[in-house]
Amino acid sequence: MNNFIVFITAHVIPGLNSGLVVSIKLIIPSAILGIIIGILTGTFRVYGPLPIKKLSDAYVAVFRGTPLVVQLYFWYFALPYTNFGDFRIVMSAETCAIVGFSLCSGAYHSEYIRGGLLSIKSGQLLAAQALGMNQITAIKNIVLPQAFRNSFSGCSNEIVYLIKYSSLASIITINDITGMGRGIAKESWRNVETYLVVGLYYLALVTLANIILHYIEKKMKTPGFEKEHA
Amino acid sequence: METNTVLEAKNIIKNLGGNTVLKGVNIALHKGDIKVLIGPSGSGKSTLLQCLNLLHIPEGGRLLLNNKEVHFKNKPGLYQLRQKVGMIFQDFNLFDHLSAKENVSIALRKVKKQGKRESAQRAEIELQRVGLDDKMNLYPAQLSGGQKQRVSIARALAMDPDVLLLDEPTSALDPELIGEVLVVIRDLAKNGMTMLMATHQISFSATLAHQFVFMEDGLITEEGSPKELLAENVNSRTKDFCAKISELTGEQA
Repeated sequence: MNNFIVFITAHVIPGLNSGLVVSIKLIIPSAILGIIIGILTGTFRVYGPLPIKKLSDAYVAVFRGTPLVVQLYFWYFALPYTNFGDFRIVMSAETCAIVGFSLCSGAYHSEYIRGGLLSIKSGQLLAAQALGMNQITAIKNIVLPQAFRNSFSGCSNEIVYLIKYSSLASIITINDITGMGRGIAKESWRNVETYLVVGLYYLALVTLANIILHYIEKKMKTPGFEKEHA
Repeated sequence: METNTVLEAKNIIKNLGGNTVLKGVNIALHKGDIKVLIGPSGSGKSTLLQCLNLLHIPEGGRLLLNNKEVHFKNKPGLYQLRQKVGMIFQDFNLFDHLSAKENVSIALRKVKKQGKRESAQRAEIELQRVGLDDKMNLYPAQLSGGQKQRVSIARALAMDPDVLLLDEPTSALDPELIGEVLVVIRDLAKNGMTMLMATHQISFSATLAHQFVFMEDGLITEEGSPKELLAENVNSRTKDFCAKISELTGEQA
């Protein structure tokens, strides 16, 4: 037992902590970019002009329809060998991960945002237009803020997913929590202890994210719409 | 007379879902006019109102605001017109995520580009005018129907419209809340606001309206002062219609 604790504190925790920093550096930009992409494409899919609507639909179809692992392989292993004229795109592993996560996450967010937009009664847009707002102003200031509130629990769910699928970064050579854990387990042959702690790290991250997301949800609540329970 | 025409529609034609809902409607509102649109459901009253501020773009006809032609395809012109032609909806359409005060001030900020303080002050003045001094910071879900409709009137007035279109402003209200909205409308009338109102409140509108406009089947079929149309010895379609409504509501036309 003693041995167990010593191994964890001396080997596992220091290693995973450096992985944790790497993971957070992937998760936070991906979450923010994912939300932005999701809001934009979600809005385009409902209100955009036809060509942009179709393009956004196609984007979502591709990124929701293929495994994230394959997408990451594409960004990291395939894209550098693709010629665009005389031009090649080569990105670092970290950039590939952020691009992959954001685009995948954005596709899912856009679905939640789209649902939120469709739930807003048409009278809201009509009233905004009756006051002289153009379509973009009306969508930005009247429809989207309400739709975003309605989609927020879905988007929170997607962010929780993102935290967990960020572990896939380890397969494109990134030493995130999972990557570091795998290294420690291989070196020490102590899989049980190592992966147990790896799991706990993700659990802690998700718990923290939930606290923050709930706080934001509460802050955004419109008075008069509260559910009646203690 | 030509000079003080605020809003004039000529031969408006509108198709919706394969039906011709408006079949060439002509209507003119002069400054200070109060006209009341009546007619059976489906006669095109709402569609006409929405065409007058181009929330529906008509398939044919012309629209003149202050004697200047508004081209339906010219977007900036369209937004200009909507600022000058206020619209009150049957089901209020308050912005659910904004407080009463923000509901009134948001278009001032986003459309008229006023500052935060200026727009907030204006919102307070307008909400006071409709008797909601103590409800400014409440949200739509915390207001009664009558209060919501009064906020929506304040919201339209804040834009300084030349004319106000009211689409059955009391039809979605509980009977005991109708009065407070009618009081506000009466005040507007007293202050000389040009208005076109679709309503079934015949006796109330008869006391206010300069003119009743009767619509049926996509056309204006009768027009005249309430006195003329509802007089004892007159046999008008308007009178028949009003009598039917009165029978149902027990209201004296």
